[in-house]
Amino acid sequence: MPLLEINNLHAGIEGKDILRGLTLAVNAGEVHAIMGPNGSGKSTLAYVLAGKDGYAPTAGEVLFDGRNIFDLAPDERAAAGLFLAFQYPLEIPGVATMTFLRTALNAQRKKRGQAELSTPDFLKAVRGLAKTLGIDQEMLRRPVNVGFSGGEKKRNEILQMALLEPKLAVLDETDSGLDIDALKIVADGVNRLRERTRSFIVITHYQRLLNYIVPDVVHVLSKGRIVKTGGKELALELEARGYAEYQEEAAVA
Amino acid sequence: MHAMTEVKAIKTAAEAGLAETYAAARSRLPGGKAVAAQRQAAFEVFVRDGLPHRRVEDWKYTDLRALMREARPLAPPPDAAAKAQAKTAGAMLGDVETRRLVFVDGAFVPELSDTAALENGLTVGSLAQALADGDAALSGELGKRAPATDVAVALNTALMGDGAAIRIAPGATIERPLHLVFMASGKPAASFVRSLVAVGERARAMLIESHEGPPGCGYQVNAALELAVGEGAHVDHVRIIGEGAEALHVSTLAAAIGGKARFNTFSFVIGGAVVRNQIFLDFDGDETVAGIRGATLLKARQHADTTLVVRHSGRGCQSREVFKSVLDDEAHGVFQGRIIVKPHAQQTDARMMTRALLLSDRAEADNKPELEIFADDVQCGHGATAGAIDEALKFYLMARGIPNAEAEALLIQAFLGEALDGLEHAALREALMHRVANWLKTRG
Repeated sequence: MPLLEINNLHAGIEGKDILRGLTLAVNAGEVHAIMGPNGSGKSTLAYVLAGKDGYAPTAGEVLFDGRNIFDLAPDERAAAGLFLAFQYPLEIPGVATMTFLRTALNAQRKKRGQAELSTPDFLKAVRGLAKTLGIDQEMLRRPVNVGFSGGEKKRNEILQMALLEPKLAVLDETDSGLDIDALKIVADGVNRLRERTRSFIVITHYQRLLNYIVPDVVHVLSKGRIVKTGGKELALELEARGYAEYQEEAAVA
Repeated sequence: MHAMTEVKAIKTAAEAGLAETYAAARSRLPGGKAVAAQRQAAFEVFVRDGLPHRRVEDWKYTDLRALMREARPLAPPPDAAAKAQAKTAGAMLGDVETRRLVFVDGAFVPELSDTAALENGLTVGSLAQALADGDAALSGELGKRAPATDVAVALNTALMGDGAAIRIAPGATIERPLHLVFMASGKPAASFVRSLVAVGERARAMLIESHEGPPGCGYQVNAALELAVGEGAHVDHVRIIGEGAEALHVSTLAAAIGGKARFNTFSFVIGGAVVRNQIFLDFDGDETVAGIRGATLLKARQHADTTLVVRHSGRGCQSREVFKSVLDDEAHGVFQGRIIVKPHAQQTDARMMTRALLLSDRAEADNKPELEIFADDVQCGHGATAGAIDEALKFYLMARGIPNAEAEALLIQAFLGEALDGLEHAALREALMHRVANWLKTRG
């Protein structure tokens, strides 16, 4: 059974379907890249999976670990092992980064029937991860993402992912706004987490990120459905030829 | 048209009740002839104007005439049971080490108060005692700062029974915060407390007042504090209004602050059915720095009004006003803030910000900021916002596994943080944050 199974999903905002019959299966341990032009539905897919208010399915189903995710609130999906790395991570003035991380981790552990992490264990875990991602202690003392650069915000997303150890991480244009050094740090952070039981959906407009996070499968998304699936070489093809032919294919279909 | 305003002001049951209370009590209220004359003059202000109602601009959002159904009789002196109940009063401050002066139903209770081993330069006592003793210096201070035309103040002056009389000598540093604990025992009665606090030049002190009582009883409290802050003094004032759910509470702080002083006041409003929290500050000297802040948390059908009047008369003073309110259910929060800059008060720097967070679409927030500026070289500004919880931020928290209620609690605490972080006393700030956390736990 795949870890994630999306069947004929139609969804969007305000009654307007942006995803129009999307079907996708991701097995445990696989990395899938979803590439597509602007407006193809990439971020909508990310929000529908994470459960953002207003992004409602109108048809189809999404099974995560065999459960219908539309029965679950966003926090329940997170506790079940689904993680979304935001394209635009939010700043939360007044909420300390450490408070945020500890509240999130312990809420998930509690929901899974695990004991809360002790303060020293928690601090040790966060500090260790921060070091590998080049996030300094001073940043951890600030409110969540407040005063962070674009690159720091993305690294902070990876820190959260590493701490929360999801089964499936959806990276929504994590490469946008990153210079090459930051891109490498982020990709290293992701690659360290790759293992047999953990899957990734890497949503990106450009092939560049996929040089560092090498996918098992590449999908082309156009007008709300997957129009082509291939291996990692498909990404290079797209980089060379652009999305034009797929946009026409989707229009005809 | 003039004849219209001549209509007899006393017409409701509550107004008639207050007049009867005064007539019956006036002969036994503390103080000599001069104080009795002050009481009579104040009572006449009440007779002329009646209880404030919505057509009185300063009381527009808090129509006391409509909200106060009846006048409770004056509370009798506390009995043994009431005093026993008050032993835990002020426990909300947790670990904060204070010198407690306890008042039960408006009367000073020496046996529950810490009046031993006073620091050098500190004098504390009961206002009733001072008035009975004919303390001329003290009665000369009475009413010097509180606005005599405000009907809430006038009623307080007419009917004041007791309160704290505190004097801090010039240059004295009082390390232990003074905590005026006002506790209602739960009788359906009224108390009128008046406190006078004079802080000498260059002295340092912290003054906390807390007002609390049990739920399920419609008691009434009218508390006024007149405060004089000497030149170069540093005073922190904190008022906690945590009355029982049916209580009617009117508080007035009237302070005159000297030059080169540091003054902070913080209002924490969490209890009571109807609350009016009045703050009148006069910056008389030059170059004083002031922080004027508050946090209000209301639910059910609670109504709380914070009305602030800051008058800058000296040059080069700085004031920062930050008031935050969190309103749930059908609660009604009001903030009126007026900053007046007198012609000579050049280089005044005053900024007022008020924000309301509405947790329910039936909650209501009214903000009325006003600037009256008569000097030309000043920096003044105000801002007011009212809005719901930011859904995008909440989704971000929930997407990390934090449940709805906990995510909202985090955002509400963050929202209040801007005001509460202004409290320099760490233990007190934590005690209030703890109180906020408890309030959040009881949300439906």
